[in-house]
Amino acid sequence: MIDYKKKLATLSLQTKSIFSGHPIAIAGLIGFVIFVLIALFAPWIAPQNPYDLMVLDIMDGLLPPLSKLGNGTTSWLGTDAVGRDILSAVMYGLRLSLFVAFVATTVGFLIGVFLGLLAAVKGGWVESVIMRAVDLKVSFPGILLALMMLAIFGTGVDKIIYALIIGVWASKARLTRSSALSEMQKEYIDAARISAIPNWRIMLKFLLPNSIAPVLVMVPMSLSGCIGAEATLSFLGVGVPITEPSLGLLIANGNDYLLSGKWWISLFPGVVLVSLVLCINVVADRIREHNNPFLKSMNMQ
Amino acid sequence: MIRYILKRLWHSGILAIVMSLIVFFGLYVVGDPVEMLSDDEFTEQDKIDLAIELGLDKPLFEQYFTYAGGMLQGDFGTSFVHNRPVLELILERLPATIEISLLAMIIGLSIGIPLGIFSGIKNNSRASKIISFFTTVGYSTPNFWQAIILIMVFAVFLQWLPASGRGLTNSMFGIEWAWLSLNGLQHMALPAINLAIYKICMQQRLAKSGTQEILYQEYMTFARAKGISRNRIIRRHLLRNILIPIVTITGLEVGGLIAFSTVTETIFSWPGIGKLLLDSIHMIDRPVVVAYLILITMMFVFINFVVDVMYAFLDPRIRHQK
Repeated sequence: MIDYKKKLATLSLQTKSIFSGHPIAIAGLIGFVIFVLIALFAPWIAPQNPYDLMVLDIMDGLLPPLSKLGNGTTSWLGTDAVGRDILSAVMYGLRLSLFVAFVATTVGFLIGVFLGLLAAVKGGWVESVIMRAVDLKVSFPGILLALMMLAIFGTGVDKIIYALIIGVWASKARLTRSSALSEMQKEYIDAARISAIPNWRIMLKFLLPNSIAPVLVMVPMSLSGCIGAEATLSFLGVGVPITEPSLGLLIANGNDYLLSGKWWISLFPGVVLVSLVLCINVVADRIREHNNPFLKSMNMQ
Repeated sequence: MIRYILKRLWHSGILAIVMSLIVFFGLYVVGDPVEMLSDDEFTEQDKIDLAIELGLDKPLFEQYFTYAGGMLQGDFGTSFVHNRPVLELILERLPATIEISLLAMIIGLSIGIPLGIFSGIKNNSRASKIISFFTTVGYSTPNFWQAIILIMVFAVFLQWLPASGRGLTNSMFGIEWAWLSLNGLQHMALPAINLAIYKICMQQRLAKSGTQEILYQEYMTFARAKGISRNRIIRRHLLRNILIPIVTITGLEVGGLIAFSTVTETIFSWPGIGKLLLDSIHMIDRPVVVAYLILITMMFVFINFVVDVMYAFLDPRIRHQK
């Protein structure tokens, strides 16, 4: 039915037209891929398992970068108060931060797209309930909603994912609905309706593939937003647990030592966090610019 | 117009009630205040007495109506930790949050919009690219990380500005303000800049994309063809038209600023309501958390209402919509 080879070919052509001639966006994409690879392979490439309390030696605590540890290895980026190697902690922290953001973004998008399509197809009270809920959500800043959620359910990796999902879904539902509604004006949907094809089939077979493009453009933005939000919440002490530090929590841990001149504990996780978000954002900006027909026509003038 | 306002008012009322229900029942499942307040010497009977005194023995809905009734009379309950009326605690700290948010807003608008218009008009110039690069870095950097950098550079390394507290406050209209003294202003500087950086970046991006969209409209070409001076085109034709999205976002961002002030206030130990919220979450001080969230929610409902009305005022197409 669907020619996947052809789809793939158009996709790679699209990617080319998005990125060619935009070195900053290409750099961002490469940077992002590197971060993802580090996160995926952290258990194999990190010098130490920072979650394993057995390998941590308190005697190695608070060593500056490039010092020798008790077991003879070199700690390239120094250690924190409990003797955790910062390089390893950053790799694992990156892993956790990216995991949380990926899950939250994916689930948030699935929920948002589904509700958006449902609202468009069903109309009536289903649509008003969904759209009122969207209004409710988008009228509050995400960080406050997340704080509210975490105050209600307590903290933990799963809780923070729920809190982030709450932040993601609404704007996607709104966009999917408006995109699907304009698609529904077209004749082939009328034809499908007359042929008595059930609503769910129209939703999945016709509306979904044809109205998803503008929503997908928001994925990178959402991802970087989730990473930043998780880091902020963890920094505030209402995010991930202390035993499995994400980048935000690593920065919070080091924050207590900054004033006594031990800069490396916070600095490296912070630099990684900022570079990661920056990489995603330059890609996101480029994709958005590419998909904005207005800006495109302008550049041609 | 009046009809539009009434409709929005009706929506806002429903929104306020739904949100207060969510907050109240959501927070109800957190912690057990009796356990919090009692110590080892409490007997079972003491605990039951305490629960009755706090009204926790009544059905949930009755508790909500008691709470909502008290709220309408300005009674938000008593803080478990501070043992003082919650409203008093919040009102006492509100000026600190307001002054810091307003200062950040003023800095953000007065720098962000001109930068945005400039980089919109001179889209391909080097200066515009540099500005856009910095604002991308700025909004990619989490608020708390900016705060840490600011503290490291200006408080620890250069030792120009204080990193925590509110400094001296002076009284005006019976309220204590920090901005009335030099010492207070110095204490305000870092937290305000911290909040403002994000605002500057957002405003720059908004104003830039707004400018670019309008720059190539036919009426702009026509205005140029008529020989109207550049400054006049910018003031009369450009600024007015990019104002609509800016007004909306700025309105919504007032709330965003107050939300983000939780982060900034916590890092700079700025004694505002944001720090109060976070401290209360950590200490499970339920009355404060519930009251803060409900008040903030009401504020948001109100802001959204005002933004909607202003939007309709600026753009006639909206108020004539069915």
